[in-house]
Amino acid sequence: MENEIRGSCAVLRGVSKSFGAVQAVNQLDLNITRGELLGLLGPNGAGKTTTIQLLLGLLPADQGDISIFGANPRSRAARIRIGVMLQVSQMPPNLSCGEHLDLFRAYYPNPLPMQELVALAGLEDLLERRSGVLSGGENQRLMFALALAGNPDLLFLDEPTEGLDVLARRRFWGAIRALRDCGKSIVLTTHRIEEAEAVADRVVVLNHGSLIADGTPSEIKACFARKTIRCRTRLPVTQLARLPAVSALAQDGAIQVLQTRHAERTLAELMARDPELSELEVQGAGLEEAFLAMTEESTMEDAA
Amino acid sequence: MNHPIQLPAPPLLGIYLLESRYQVLNLLRMPGFVIPTFSFPLLFYVFFAVVLNMDPHLPAYLLATYGTFAIMAPALFGFGVSVAMERSQGWLRLKQASAMPPSAYLVAKLVTSVLFAAAVLLALFTLGATLGGVRLAHNQWAGLFALLSVGTIPFCALGLWIGSAVKGQSAPGVVNLIFLPLSLLSGLWVPIQFFPKVMQGFAQLLPPYHLAQLGLGIIGLAQDQRVWLHITYLVIFTLLTLFLALRAFYRQGAE
Repeated sequence: MENEIRGSCAVLRGVSKSFGAVQAVNQLDLNITRGELLGLLGPNGAGKTTTIQLLLGLLPADQGDISIFGANPRSRAARIRIGVMLQVSQMPPNLSCGEHLDLFRAYYPNPLPMQELVALAGLEDLLERRSGVLSGGENQRLMFALALAGNPDLLFLDEPTEGLDVLARRRFWGAIRALRDCGKSIVLTTHRIEEAEAVADRVVVLNHGSLIADGTPSEIKACFARKTIRCRTRLPVTQLARLPAVSALAQDGAIQVLQTRHAERTLAELMARDPELSELEVQGAGLEEAFLAMTEESTMEDAA
Repeated sequence: MNHPIQLPAPPLLGIYLLESRYQVLNLLRMPGFVIPTFSFPLLFYVFFAVVLNMDPHLPAYLLATYGTFAIMAPALFGFGVSVAMERSQGWLRLKQASAMPPSAYLVAKLVTSVLFAAAVLLALFTLGATLGGVRLAHNQWAGLFALLSVGTIPFCALGLWIGSAVKGQSAPGVVNLIFLPLSLLSGLWVPIQFFPKVMQGFAQLLPPYHLAQLGLGIIGLAQDQRVWLHITYLVIFTLLTLFLALRAFYRQGAE
């Protein structure tokens, strides 16, 4: 336990939070290990935002313990060591990017040097520009710079690539990888699952406020892997649904689309029943599909 | 490897100053705030005290009442509306998650409102002393200026309460709905003696009335000379509103 805590920069133990009758986070245990890039995934309403707000000390927990570097998340000692990027629709519009950075740097005892900060976030040409006239992507870069202003050891990024174009996105992930390589810990929430798949060391999936999966992106994929079979067949839908290992059915024009947990078994039976089957395609699922399948199953279990 | 936790946190006073500086700059660069804040009290004063000068005492009298009117705008708009906006835009939440000392945000808003109030007062006093021909003793000028500058605080508390309780986009409307009737009914635009008796009684329930009467007392023109009543009212109003405002403000974090 001691060792575990020593290797963690943030710990949640048995944390619950409800809003009226809605249980947003339910008995959650989570360790954020030093130096890891953790992807926090889940559908809307899964409790991601609440979990982040609990970790940031913006919400009090109903139950359980939360610590950031061993300190209370509401304390200045904790906040001095973290950097945060949240969804902000507008910041005070009449200050320049340089002025915003100047103010945020002043909150911290050990801020990043201005030049380094500006280079990391790609703000070289924008320092004099007022934040009210920035484009969506420029705005995100400024937010990123504000998160880094205090030279944090732990970085929380809530949907950080919203509004970035492909090039800016690539540059952003480059900066994130460089930060992780310097030993920073990073927690990332995103609904772009392919991004988490590409950069995260570990993925945690939340649904209905509980942790439903925890592993490397490839473990998550392997654990919940689905294959998609597309074909033209004369078999009725009722028969297709009863094929072995089929988990979901859909139709794409004249093409039947089957989700399966075991493509070989499904295919063997499918070919046996319909020898005239045509236009057959089998696709592996990305993390996105795995993730959707997983959260849907968990929802169905809840409903049952 | 750095251990920033061992470094002392930056001194609070420096952060207060910088936070206030940028708060002032942000508002100064906002014509939609600066122009009405300065022009309404100054134009009204010129019109009623200089152009329609119906009584030799009127320019001095209206200096106290339009002074009260003038300090309300920075408090209600500069404080209240900006808190409501920054709260609903998610900006306040980001600041709260940063290492900003929580008090810095409110201290800077208060300092900013008082500074803007002082600037409008100086402009108004200059108009009064020149175009209005008002002659007061030095200590009367200084007393009126100090009173009305400090008098910004109750309205800052009211602004914070509105800003913490109302959604961002509806805040300017709500503030106007309070600001304009409050000014008129407290006798800030038209001297209270011209009101029917019932309305004169009603005015005594309103905070600007008491601040204006204190101001008029300093220049020897108050018709309601119960100084301690005015002071007690304003202190109780400030404490009560501040309590409600801070409760609403800190509850925001818990939503």
